[in-house]
Amino acid sequence: MREKLEELRREALERLQGVADPASLNDLRVQYLGKKGQLTEVLRGMGALSAEERPVIGQAANDVRAAIEAVIAEKQEAFDRAETARRLQAETIDVTLPGKRPASGTVHPLTKVTQEIEDIFLGMGYTIAEGPEVEEDFYNFEALNLPKNHPARDMQDSFYLTDDILLRTHTSPVQIRAMRAAKGKTPLKIICPGKVYRRDDDDATHSFMFHQIEALVVGPNIRMSDLKGTLLQFVQALYGPQTQIRLRPSFFPFTEPSAEVDVTCAQCGGHGCRMCKHTGWIEILGCGMVHPKVLEYGGYDPKEVSGFAIGMGVERIALLKYDIDDIRHFYNNDLRFLGQFARM
Amino acid sequence: MNVSYRWLKEYIDLSGIEPKELAALMTRGGIEIDSVPSRNQGVSGVVAGLVLTREKHPDADKLSVCTVDAGTGETLQIVCGAPNVAAGRKVPVALVGAKLPGGLTIKRAKLRGVESQGMLCSARELGINDKLLPKEVQEGLYLLPEETEIGRDILEVLALDDSILELDLTPNRSDCLSMIGVAYEASALTGRKVKLPDPSQELNASTDKASDHVRVSITAKEHCSHYSARYIKNVKIGPSPLWMQNRLIAAGVRPISNVVDITNYVMLEYGQPLHAFDAAKVAGGRIDVRLAREGETLVTLDGQERKLEPHMLLITDAEKPIGLAGVMGGLNSEVTNDTTAIILESARFDGGTIRRTSRQLGLRSEASARFEKEVDPGRVRDALDRAASLMVKYASGLAAEGAAEAVVSEAAPAVVTVTLDRINRFLGTSLSSLEVSTIWSRLGFHAKGTTDEEWQVTVPTRRGDITRDVDLIEEVARLHGYDEIPTTPIEGPTTTGALTKPQAIRRELRALLAGNGLNEAVCYSVTSAGRAALFPALNGAAEGSLAVPLAMPMSEERSLLRTAVLPSLLEAAAYNIARKNSDIAMFEIASVFRTKEAALTKLPEEKPRLAFVLHGNRTASAWNRAAEKADFYDAKGVLEAVFERFGLSGSVTYEAAQPEHFHPGRTAAVKLRMGGGSVTIGYVGQLHPDLQRELDLGDTFAAELELAPLYELADSSIVYQALPRYPAVERDLAVVVGREVAGEALLGAIRSTAGELLESSRVFDIYTGERLGADKKSVAIALVYRHPERTLTDEEVTEAHGRVLAELEQSFGAELRK
Repeated sequence: MREKLEELRREALERLQGVADPASLNDLRVQYLGKKGQLTEVLRGMGALSAEERPVIGQAANDVRAAIEAVIAEKQEAFDRAETARRLQAETIDVTLPGKRPASGTVHPLTKVTQEIEDIFLGMGYTIAEGPEVEEDFYNFEALNLPKNHPARDMQDSFYLTDDILLRTHTSPVQIRAMRAAKGKTPLKIICPGKVYRRDDDDATHSFMFHQIEALVVGPNIRMSDLKGTLLQFVQALYGPQTQIRLRPSFFPFTEPSAEVDVTCAQCGGHGCRMCKHTGWIEILGCGMVHPKVLEYGGYDPKEVSGFAIGMGVERIALLKYDIDDIRHFYNNDLRFLGQFARM
Repeated sequence: MNVSYRWLKEYIDLSGIEPKELAALMTRGGIEIDSVPSRNQGVSGVVAGLVLTREKHPDADKLSVCTVDAGTGETLQIVCGAPNVAAGRKVPVALVGAKLPGGLTIKRAKLRGVESQGMLCSARELGINDKLLPKEVQEGLYLLPEETEIGRDILEVLALDDSILELDLTPNRSDCLSMIGVAYEASALTGRKVKLPDPSQELNASTDKASDHVRVSITAKEHCSHYSARYIKNVKIGPSPLWMQNRLIAAGVRPISNVVDITNYVMLEYGQPLHAFDAAKVAGGRIDVRLAREGETLVTLDGQERKLEPHMLLITDAEKPIGLAGVMGGLNSEVTNDTTAIILESARFDGGTIRRTSRQLGLRSEASARFEKEVDPGRVRDALDRAASLMVKYASGLAAEGAAEAVVSEAAPAVVTVTLDRINRFLGTSLSSLEVSTIWSRLGFHAKGTTDEEWQVTVPTRRGDITRDVDLIEEVARLHGYDEIPTTPIEGPTTTGALTKPQAIRRELRALLAGNGLNEAVCYSVTSAGRAALFPALNGAAEGSLAVPLAMPMSEERSLLRTAVLPSLLEAAAYNIARKNSDIAMFEIASVFRTKEAALTKLPEEKPRLAFVLHGNRTASAWNRAAEKADFYDAKGVLEAVFERFGLSGSVTYEAAQPEHFHPGRTAAVKLRMGGGSVTIGYVGQLHPDLQRELDLGDTFAAELELAPLYELADSSIVYQALPRYPAVERDLAVVVGREVAGEALLGAIRSTAGELLESSRVFDIYTGERLGADKKSVAIALVYRHPERTLTDEEVTEAHGRVLAELEQSFGAELRK
């Protein structure tokens, strides 16, 4: 029997060697290892063997089976690999063609800038106060130390609805409303973003409707140095840590002292370029210490508390930030314009 | 205010400080000076010359051939085309080699065959703004006075060797609307002393008194605190001296005659507007300041008849109004070439009164601009005396002694107390007493104190803007230098920054909509009446609300506040379509405005809204997919995503609706369950095809929603639901029903009859076709059944499913589709 087994092994391995396709391989597996296969056939004759011979031949038969199985497995794997390779080849696509993007839109650049500024102030512990866009003359002017017939009212020509109701010319009336709502509590730290309206002929740099953000802090010992510290912190968050500020005395009826604030030009880092008209500085906001009359109108005692206020135009900051040449782009809503603000 | 550097030097020593340096210094100190143009626009080699002879050019009608003495020692022959050239006139002569503005160099030349050794110049050729000069001079040569020295450099003659500081003044610094005020500011910044003119020296003696000729009273005491007048006789009207004209031109004021020029000159010098009346035309030698009476009129100097109102302040004589106080004189008392005696007025009128009149009449002048901002009460008389002295000198007048005056209140300087501690605490500085005292003295403020850390500061009347301690602190800050103030962090308790719920919702909305492919738009809040009326269902008209008009709109297009957002978005859509961007998905979050009042007495309602439009393709075609047109369900899907995000999916229903200008078969009212009822909070639908055509739009799908209910009801709470542990059974159901049966009605019936085992149900196919009949549709619905605690048996599902079918058959006449 041993010879028979050896013969089987030799013949099987030889025939397996020549197998070229998975079907023939399967045929050979059935022929040698199947229920009716040749090896099974041989093993059937083991009943006639002696007790001593049986384990020996059994072992030999298992060896033969293992040897054949190993070769079949090896062959099968080779065939599988080839098949996979074929399939992958067939499935190959052009990865350079464009993908299917989920629809994505944009938030308006003015919203982006507003939110960025809001986030800076939120991080500094401010809350956001809002108020009506249609205001009473009292909140828009009188309580801000701009009595009727005050020449400073010329600085802001207004859209009146009636003698006493107008479209707010700045977001400052929200400061008054917020102070009154605080009922004397300190510290009050708010920002007031929103739309404002001034009677202006529209051109590349003027719009009758635009957006402002103001900040107001009222507390027991708020100093002008705190105003400067806050400004510096803010502009460095907005334009980067190398940014510096420069204050120039100015005038607003609702602050005293008042200042216009220049920052080092973000475009050229203060060396001078087209954007800063070669001065190295760009004027971006106005600020000052809250006028005592305004504190009084807000329900505070100016002998007990002081405060500062900061005001800026969102459009101006956005125009500079994105290098936009005409303010009217913001309101035309041309999709080719809006689509440019998709980045974070 | 345009300040001549050369003129300013008369009041303060500016040696060593160039005009540009002074401008920078003043800007840093708070008086903004944007540009410092030179009056010399590039002139050299031009001198004053005398035209000796003038002959007609032999070969040219419009040219003259002149001989000219330009002080060069030889007689020059110059060809000239100006109509006003004449023998005996003194004119600017550009010699050969002279340079003129624009880079022109004068060469010896032949003009139509005649040699010309130079050029006679007009004002414009010298770079002078000739709008301020008489017409004759604008069209011809700049004629110089007879006494002009021949051969003198024209830069000296016309004071062109000068720079102009263009002051951009804030309303509080009206003190700098005068040369003397600017000199005081320069003094504070440089520490150099101010030199004031002394008018008393130049007044000649006269035996009669002003009060012999004119008596003055103030009836309107609220509106005029001081009125003073001088009487000057023997005046001879003529031109003012060239140096004065030069200064007026430098300041942008038109020279007219000696009397008028002197009043303007002193106004520029002192900031005090003056007016000259022809004394012969002032009836009764009486001047009273009073308010106008109903129905009065006055013809002003510009020849216009003005209807006066009772709030307007007048200067009147014994019989009639002779001037509109502070705004414009009356024609009936005008100084003319025949005038021989004048009454010169210097007064302080109430700023608000003047402002109101000048605005109402649209008459704004250098004078009214100064009165509006309140003139210095301390210089009313000084300016008058100064003008009188100049009248004597340059109009050969004889001034009667003294002035006729009425004074309601004396000029009293403010005294303001401030302490060193207050200054340093307010600014965050550590200034010393000496540093602060030095600032007071540079400002010319007299300060005395009980200790050296407290001051009672007497503020000169010229600085009417300083009334409180903070005003003084500002002076300290700006003279100390804003840059010198330290930067500190705010002291005190920390505060938490956080968004309110509406603010957080708006941010989330914007991010969600942008994430779903919509672009945010920002449109104007004002609109036209037509657009405001477009959608009655959205603009509050249904509840009797009205749009709010602007009192004085700039245009019809922007005449009232918008009542809905959608019309603005449609405008933006049309704008884009006109530019070939026709695939549009755009939203806006903004307030709309409306009122119930026909005449507004309180603030209108402001309601936050969300609106969006879809137009064209929702998905663009690509190499691997076809374009998908936007449809109603895209718009509705956006809303569903919104409500899902704010936890309101279960509270919202959509009901077919036919609001005006929407497609009657493709529009739904959006209803939100709130307060026990169901409230329409907006609409979603296609625009009516007629409107689409009118607006040049293709199929347009839109929605507009109130946001306030969202702010109120939005629910961001998330509670974890245990994942199901037992399998679900899915059964589909296809029924044929009438076309008019709403899908939501079928689903509602299913939900209410299937019982607790039904987990979800959704329509997965709608089929219509001839086989069903034109009025029928087949609706295929997938139902998912599940029991939370065990596996369902087939019988249970079949029983529930059977109930569902029976209900659909009974309520909708549904037939099971085989």
